[in-house]
Amino acid sequence: MTDLRNRSRRNFLTRCITGAAAMGVAGLHATSETQTPAAKSRVVVARDSLLRGSGSTIDLRRLETLLDRAMQSLCNLPATHENSIAAWRRIAGAGDSVSLKVNTLGGRGIATNVDLVAAVCERLQQAGVAARNIFVWDRDTEEMERAGFRIVIGGDRVQCYGTDRVGYEDDLSAWGSVGSRFSKILTRSSNVLINLPVLKDHDGAGVTIALKNMYGTIHNPNKYHPNGCDPFVADLNMLPEIRSRMKLTICDATTAMYEGGPGFKPEHSWKLNGLLLAQDAVALDFTGWQMIEHKRAEMGLKTLEAEQRAPRYIATAADSEHGLGHCDPARIAVVEV
Amino acid sequence: MKCELVSAEGGTCMALDRRSFLMCALASGAALGAGELAAPAAASPLASGAQAQNDAQFTFEAKFYEKLANRKIKCKLCPRECVVGDKERGYCGVRENHGGVYYTLVHSRVCAAHIDPIEKKPLFHYLPGTNAFSIATAGCNVNCKFCQNWDISQSRPEEIPAQYISPHQAADIARKYDCPTIAYTYSEPVVFAEYLMDTADAAHEAGVRSIVVSNGYMQHDSLEQAYGKMDAVKIDLKSFTESYYAKVVTGQLKPVLDSLVTLRKMGKWTEIVYLVVPSLNDDDEEFRGLAAWIKTNLGPDVPLHFTQFHPEYLLKNLPITPVATLERAKAIADAEGLHYVYIGNVPGHPAQNTYCPQCRKMLVERVGFTASQMLIRKDSTCPYCRHNIPGIWHA
Repeated sequence: MTDLRNRSRRNFLTRCITGAAAMGVAGLHATSETQTPAAKSRVVVARDSLLRGSGSTIDLRRLETLLDRAMQSLCNLPATHENSIAAWRRIAGAGDSVSLKVNTLGGRGIATNVDLVAAVCERLQQAGVAARNIFVWDRDTEEMERAGFRIVIGGDRVQCYGTDRVGYEDDLSAWGSVGSRFSKILTRSSNVLINLPVLKDHDGAGVTIALKNMYGTIHNPNKYHPNGCDPFVADLNMLPEIRSRMKLTICDATTAMYEGGPGFKPEHSWKLNGLLLAQDAVALDFTGWQMIEHKRAEMGLKTLEAEQRAPRYIATAADSEHGLGHCDPARIAVVEV
Repeated sequence: MKCELVSAEGGTCMALDRRSFLMCALASGAALGAGELAAPAAASPLASGAQAQNDAQFTFEAKFYEKLANRKIKCKLCPRECVVGDKERGYCGVRENHGGVYYTLVHSRVCAAHIDPIEKKPLFHYLPGTNAFSIATAGCNVNCKFCQNWDISQSRPEEIPAQYISPHQAADIARKYDCPTIAYTYSEPVVFAEYLMDTADAAHEAGVRSIVVSNGYMQHDSLEQAYGKMDAVKIDLKSFTESYYAKVVTGQLKPVLDSLVTLRKMGKWTEIVYLVVPSLNDDDEEFRGLAAWIKTNLGPDVPLHFTQFHPEYLLKNLPITPVATLERAKAIADAEGLHYVYIGNVPGHPAQNTYCPQCRKMLVERVGFTASQMLIRKDSTCPYCRHNIPGIWHA
């Protein structure tokens, strides 16, 4: 396992595993840019009702198994141990530098689960990515620490720190309504981006899942919250710094929030005990939004539309100008495992 | 956001004693396009926190907000009225909610400081020929696509180097360098209103006046309280249409017009700058409507500066404003009956000078940002015809 949890024995084992990446053999797209408009987008919703057993603590082995099941399903691979690694080789391999963008803004209660990130790091190393070429990051180092991440800088271990340690690019990157400077962790340390958001309600944007998690990659996210973040979220995700690197979204829905976000409100959270995986972040966001709406209905709350905060940016991301993915249910294949 | 360049010629960057701040270096960091040719170096993280700044010393409870349920707040500083959840920031990026209490993060957190000629603000009818100790913090409550200081205005405070300069220190520096005024400028002083107010108080105690260079996008109460402490105000009126404000500025026109009327009622010396952007706000009817509104609501003696646009930030695709366009704007405003219409950012243009509206003689000659000749009498009258020339001409 990775240094995030000090599992040095597994770290040793993973260094012994080598192998070439088998990109694009089946199931996965090389990048989100190469997706054909006609194809259905696959969104895997993986759940384990026993993820926490009878208590509140997540069982690490079950979490790893859940992740493997989800990845194999995303890749249309039979569930075998070998395939749990083969699936990751379609994302990254030896020679790649991979950045894992987590979400720690909400604190420990509603941040990307550290053990999930550690499991991803483990599989990436098994797929051939050197530990030192894996970067776990968010906007701010202190926020990451508060969310339970152990900061690691330097050496041959998985790197883990915030953009505040390296800063943002001086140059501006612009598309549509957005003009921003990107984190140097993204631009200078990685050629592959894996998005690891959480599933939660957002008082302004409606929901914040995959697409909006990219606000944590730029220097001026505060400028992009008017009008329910529309079209800012979609425009931001068009920028080549993100689009050329984005390979996969793994949404941590072990704990989710249906109301009161983005800050953690325990009274509005629920143990979903699941993960959402997709290469099409728009389809994943649409699917996650529907899950939040379903929970809101169950809890007797109005729809986000009725509260005039439906996440319109998702449809914008799917429109002909952006083409970032699908938000038409007829073009999304939701696979439950 | 202002039309001044932080590190443009005409200003003096200062090296001060042990608490020195070479703000030229601080403020000129991010040049658009810089480094495009060079291969990016790998990001080298610092072993310890990147911030040499101690956030606590800059953090004060904000003055203009109201508390809402669920630890949310509503900011009452500007018309945007951001509703901000716990641990989140407003649009300006420099105010943060901590547990239902709203804080400014930029009190005394100065990211740019220069000694500038007051003509650079520009204020043409206020103590011409003097220098202003000019300071800014990070942040802005709008996002003008033409912003020349976007590297500080569109950044959060922790992202750019800054120094602690208390209100009393600012007043001391102004006195030490013979500046009769402190100018709050470069980024958007609206967002550092608390610091501006405290500094104005300290400066007045020290015999130093305060001037502000602002977009005027404020709520009525915050304007009265904050700019009530100012001795002169320059407002950037960025257009005379709501659509331009929505698309190019990310703000609204009406609150700015309301602010101008309020400032007039408060008796503040006010000048207006209108940055003429080719194809976006350079229509004859817009110039005419603007000038007519000023004459009707503020009077014919309010100086109006039509300034030249230079491509920057998100509007690099547009050309520099032709001088002929600026001259056309001035001719329209003159014809509408405004008495003091200037052309800015065009060095050597005769419309940078002040002329008596009665006898037409030149009273103040300006070369670049320098007032090279000032003939207006102590009683603010023309030396040739004794016509009253509005302004604060002598200290």
